[in-house]
Amino acid sequence: MGAAAARPPPGLGALSDETGLSPAALMRLHERFQALDRDDKGHLSPADLQALEGLALNPLCERIVGAFFPAGAQRADFPTFARVLAHFRPAEGAPCEPGGPSSPGSKLRFVFELYDLDGDGQISYRELLQVLRLMVGLEVPDEALAAVAARALREADRSGRGTLCFEDFAKAVERLDVDRRMSIWMLK
Amino acid sequence: MDFLLFGSLISAVDPVAVLAVFEEVHVNETLFIIVFGESLLNDAVTVVLYKVFNSFVELGPAHIHATDYVKGVVSFFLVSLGGTAVGLLFAFLLALITRFTKRVRIIEPLFVFLLAYVAYLAAEMVSLSSILAVTFCGICCKKYVEANISQKSRTTVKYTMKTLASSSETIIFMFLGISAVDTSKWAWDTTLVLGTLLFILLFRAVGVVLQTCVLNRFRLIPLDRIDQVVMSYGGLRGAVAFALVILLDGAKVKAKDYFVATTIVVVFFTVIVQGLTIKPLVTWLKVKRSDHHKPTLNEELHEHAFDHILAAVEDIVGHHGYHYWRDKWEQFDKKYLSQLLMRKSAYRLRDEIWDVYYKLNIRDAISFVDQGGHVLSAAKLALPSMPSRTSMSESSVTNLLRESGSGACLDLQVIDTVRSRRDKEDAVMHHVLRGSLYKPRRRYKASYSRHFISPDKQERQDKEIFRQNMKRRLETFKSTKHNVCSSKSKARLKEKGRKKKGISLTSDSPNGKTQRNVPWQEAAPVLVMVSSDEEESNSSETEKEDDEGIVFIARATNEVLQGKKTPGSLDVCPSPCIIPPSPTLAEKELPWKGDQADLAVYVSSETTKIVPVDMQKAWNQSISSLESIASPPGIETGPQHKRFTCPVLEEQPQSASQVTPEQRSCFQFPSHVSKSSRSQSDSSPDGTEQQELQPLMAAEEPNRIVPSTEPRWLIQFNRASHL
Repeated sequence: MGAAAARPPPGLGALSDETGLSPAALMRLHERFQALDRDDKGHLSPADLQALEGLALNPLCERIVGAFFPAGAQRADFPTFARVLAHFRPAEGAPCEPGGPSSPGSKLRFVFELYDLDGDGQISYRELLQVLRLMVGLEVPDEALAAVAARALREADRSGRGTLCFEDFAKAVERLDVDRRMSIWMLK
Repeated sequence: MDFLLFGSLISAVDPVAVLAVFEEVHVNETLFIIVFGESLLNDAVTVVLYKVFNSFVELGPAHIHATDYVKGVVSFFLVSLGGTAVGLLFAFLLALITRFTKRVRIIEPLFVFLLAYVAYLAAEMVSLSSILAVTFCGICCKKYVEANISQKSRTTVKYTMKTLASSSETIIFMFLGISAVDTSKWAWDTTLVLGTLLFILLFRAVGVVLQTCVLNRFRLIPLDRIDQVVMSYGGLRGAVAFALVILLDGAKVKAKDYFVATTIVVVFFTVIVQGLTIKPLVTWLKVKRSDHHKPTLNEELHEHAFDHILAAVEDIVGHHGYHYWRDKWEQFDKKYLSQLLMRKSAYRLRDEIWDVYYKLNIRDAISFVDQGGHVLSAAKLALPSMPSRTSMSESSVTNLLRESGSGACLDLQVIDTVRSRRDKEDAVMHHVLRGSLYKPRRRYKASYSRHFISPDKQERQDKEIFRQNMKRRLETFKSTKHNVCSSKSKARLKEKGRKKKGISLTSDSPNGKTQRNVPWQEAAPVLVMVSSDEEESNSSETEKEDDEGIVFIARATNEVLQGKKTPGSLDVCPSPCIIPPSPTLAEKELPWKGDQADLAVYVSSETTKIVPVDMQKAWNQSISSLESIASPPGIETGPQHKRFTCPVLEEQPQSASQVTPEQRSCFQFPSHVSKSSRSQSDSSPDGTEQQELQPLMAAEEPNRIVPSTEPRWLIQFNRASHL
């Protein structure tokens, strides 16, 4: 807010290269970062993000907020903020390296990590059930959800271990246009 | 001035022609929506401009002032937005009305048609855009009306609309053709015709390119060249242009005949030439096709997750993008509109993930029955096929059946009626009725095949009455069954590893599958599976599960059964399999009353165990008897089954007792079990049942028979209750 908004954040060029976002987009993000950072702390805390009312109504809000604060940290500085948001840059039509943060693979990995709470690289039945419970309304009873989760797991799990690894997950959603569904125009 | 008029009417793109072509070609949705949307909405532009220019022409060019132009523009906005508003108003009205049509379902389609037509008329009355009114009425009310009206009404509306639409379109084109031949109506002018043809192609292309340039700045995924080509080439003129040109006032517009001729040629050209060539063009240009596949459960699930994630990130970024607004709309809709406009039962049960899951399950069931049906026929069981039952109104289940080309006839009425979300009571009633209707036919067949004295009508009715009463008692017994059959029974439909599942099931039963019991316990007394909170799909699911669950118990615990060729028949199509046992058992009752004396002792000791085990026995008996069409062999194995299962009964109580503590609402269960055990000795709590049994057992030893028959009856009733 105020004078700070005009100054570009430090390391803009390096950040731009790393994330693939254009400097202009980064500037916009920086302004947003500063707008969100209500106490002008210079970093974001979970409370800042949760204060967004739209986010509060979102079923997956805790998970997403958690994505910005890896490993339980309570502060997120601007590079972290930008890196997470870089996942949502539309990859199509813009030059981006295959391994870059906005490639469909990394988008999927981002979502995968949202599901995988314990970070073991596998989505277990319980984790899937939890996500389902979050997303589905209250009127669907528990055992119905359990059935749905079990079935979804069965459908996708090709290795037969009862959990989904990243490859299974990617295969299951390959027909969905991930790039289109997980991109924000503003970040182009 | 006249040319302005002509230009306005000739530029109107006809939705129907476009729709037909694009549907055939299956282009990707974006393209389809753009072109189709343009066709729908350009009515506002066309008609307004037409009217404006018509009035200008009538006034004469000399009298037009600048204000008239301004008024023209303003009237354009007014007409289009006004038409939309009228449409929305009537959509709201329609949705509200259909919410209350539960009792008058037969006239639901009427409401839909009439109100839509009223929307059209109302807009016409105030000179607003009537087509837009009708369009928006349809668009907005669809969601609520579809949820509110019955399945049959939906079908009626859908197909009537299609018929009406295609017949209207045909009539217009016929008229077009006739006028083309009738030379008195038009005058030919080569330059005009050729010029028009050339220019419409050219200017459409120019217009499209310009607009996409502007649009692409705001689109996430830009419209590429190919899309643009298809869009400009897909501008087929049609009925609207022709109708408008015919309506021209010949006195005011001197060149009317030339216009008519040109219009006819243009329409013919675009429809024939462009219409015919667009398909090869699309294929040649490799336009992205739409991907029509049934969404798997995973896709549905993750799609939702993506949407939520994106909405959240949009919030964080502060970008009010598409998802943001869509989320906002959905919240508003959920909070206010849906509650106001949708019936309570429909509203409560809506959930897309559940929809997909339900459909997938139905499909599984169908495919399973397909195989089961073959097995059944292979085993030469005298199960009547049910072709008559499938002659019901189209439903999602029947559609799925047709799609999958299944030859088997599942008792869709059960699933279908259950699935009708309109009314719990409806479903319950249907179930009850069907339960009672279903059996008689079965019984006839079974009895014929068994060469028995067919049970007379009185007996059947008595049995039915008895069954009704037994059903209520069996409620509590359901709990164990539910525990036993886990969600894996669904898996079982897919996989053939039945034995494996059977074993895993019993081990699964203690694992907190108890939540299931809760909704089922709360269900209506008569039909346990139809719970108040669950979607009916769950109940159909539980139907299958229940039966399969029981089968599994039998499987896992009773090796003898393996010898019987029951596996196929048992696993398949629960409902058909259910009924045969009961009649045969019923028949068995009479002749073998004497035999049961010795069994009574056995049974009495075992009825202290949980009833499901008894159900098993009866099930086994019935299956074996059913299988062997002749009576004696089947019956003889019956007692054997009983004995065999008895040692295994020990298992059941454990699982049940393990389960009971966890069940919140199954407290009645242990007491009931003990009650039934007591009944052996006292037979006083079962006085009522005995009395009911009296008419059945015409004479001897009601007391002795009661204990032994009771469990069997219980089992049968359990089966019956499924239906």
